[in-house]
Amino acid sequence: MKMSRRHSALTHIILIGFALWSVIPVIWVVLTSFKTEGEVFSTTLQILPQDPTLDNYRELLSRGDFLTWARNSIFVAVITTVVGVFLASTCAYALSRFRFRGRSASLYIFLVAQMFPGVILLVGLYQIFNNLGLLDTPWALVLSYSTIAIPFCILMLKGFFDTIPYELEEAARVDGVGVFGAFWRIVVPLSVPGIAVTAFYSFITAWNEFLFAKTFLTSREQLTLPVGTATFVDAFNQPWALLSAASVLISIPVVIFFYMAQRYLISGLTTGGVKG
Amino acid sequence: MRSRAWVAWVFMLPTLLVMAVIVFVPLAQSVAFSFTDLTNRNQGTIFKPPSWQFVGLENYTNILTGGDPNFYPTLIWTVIWTVVNVFFHFTLGLILALTLNQRFRGRTTYRLLLMLPWAVPAYITAISWRFLFNGEYGLFNAVLGLVSDQRIAWLSEFPWYYVAPIIVNVWLGVPFMMVALLGGLQSIPAELYEAAQVDGASRTQRFWNITLPQLSSVSSTVILLGIIWTFNIFVVIYLVTGGGPGGRTDILVTYTYQAFTRGDYSMAAAYAVVVFVLLISFSAVYRRFTREA
Repeated sequence: MKMSRRHSALTHIILIGFALWSVIPVIWVVLTSFKTEGEVFSTTLQILPQDPTLDNYRELLSRGDFLTWARNSIFVAVITTVVGVFLASTCAYALSRFRFRGRSASLYIFLVAQMFPGVILLVGLYQIFNNLGLLDTPWALVLSYSTIAIPFCILMLKGFFDTIPYELEEAARVDGVGVFGAFWRIVVPLSVPGIAVTAFYSFITAWNEFLFAKTFLTSREQLTLPVGTATFVDAFNQPWALLSAASVLISIPVVIFFYMAQRYLISGLTTGGVKG
Repeated sequence: MRSRAWVAWVFMLPTLLVMAVIVFVPLAQSVAFSFTDLTNRNQGTIFKPPSWQFVGLENYTNILTGGDPNFYPTLIWTVIWTVVNVFFHFTLGLILALTLNQRFRGRTTYRLLLMLPWAVPAYITAISWRFLFNGEYGLFNAVLGLVSDQRIAWLSEFPWYYVAPIIVNVWLGVPFMMVALLGGLQSIPAELYEAAQVDGASRTQRFWNITLPQLSSVSSTVILLGIIWTFNIFVVIYLVTGGGPGGRTDILVTYTYQAFTRGDYSMAAAYAVVVFVLLISFSAVYRRFTREA
């Protein structure tokens, strides 16, 4: 269908308008991160930094706590990803390849699990982690994050495994490979894109989570980036320039990751998540 | 071979174990706490034995009969918050998906730009918008200052403290809807449109009679997901308004969290159960309704 000129103009006007609306707040924060504290607190509109400076970044990176929070966040996110991918892929394999009693009930539970408000688990989890002595350690987060990410990952990976022909495994079984061998040596290598998306999703979930981290962590050197960064906001004099620099540094890896994975994420979303 | 159930359970076992410890046990425990008067004062320490007790349905009757005067106002605002947000998410997402679902130069670039709000961590967005809304040196008032002398106290003046977090959350949630609906649009067979065109159907007729009905299953799923997520979103309210002024912008999940941080564990548990029951029963009704339609 060829678009008329008027129709095409309308298309571009709508898209340019919404693209500006999506991008301007982000650009504003990026610009702010290069301004001096004095410029940030000016009351007149000043779009570009008059005197672009890297001081905010320098100050941020020279503060020990920001680097500590980053290290904690990376640790928690990496372990969560490893645990989450392992659990989700084995479970999704069972749901994809076997017909057994309890299969559809399990699928339904994973669907419902996405409905839990985090707060309902919070009260119970707090007591459990308290009894286990895990409060204020990264392990409380690793355990709870892997389970937040798992239901979505299982549904997505199941959709992936469903597309791999069962004949490949059967052929391997004839050659004397066991069930677990077939899973590990045939299905896993063939599903690398699906597993990559699962890994990406788990990582992002852990990297961005706020509520549990805020509740389970108390000492300043245990905080992850989300709660650590939020302590800047609680401060009496909110250091917006510094905060903008932190926002940029924290977002860059995630945004790059997101754009690398978005194609798979969307196909996973439409096959696994949305169609159930 | 496929029917060997024990192998399946071996594959499922690790996940089920972890889910049991991290999801089902705490869930059961939260529900159990909601029937007690447990707080941080009577939970017991190494010096003092616990002195909390079961109180039956007392917490729930307290909540539902207005013993807590803030519950119903919070519930009403939570519902308004959810409806308004999901309405904008869906209509804007649909407009953008329809616009992107045409052949023209630059559509990938537009799509990638429009997805940016989804890519940025939500808490970073919330913190940044709090800064944009700042009354003295925020972007919004600076732009406003160009055209008038009036400034808006976005986070403390009625009705702006309601509007501000909605703006943030709409910004945040549109890309997901857009992408999901675009996927739905692309799976509509082109023959349907060709046949309609042969029959002389206008653009509007094609939209109402082909596009919307064909999109209904994707739409009903993403709207349900949108409602659940918006109902439960914590960071936007907590970091943009902090529930203020005076708790007026708290939604049920942040309200629950406040009870928890006060150390009122049993009430927090009861609120959480109320939220959960509301969501579960809503989605049961919703699914029955959309399946019949």
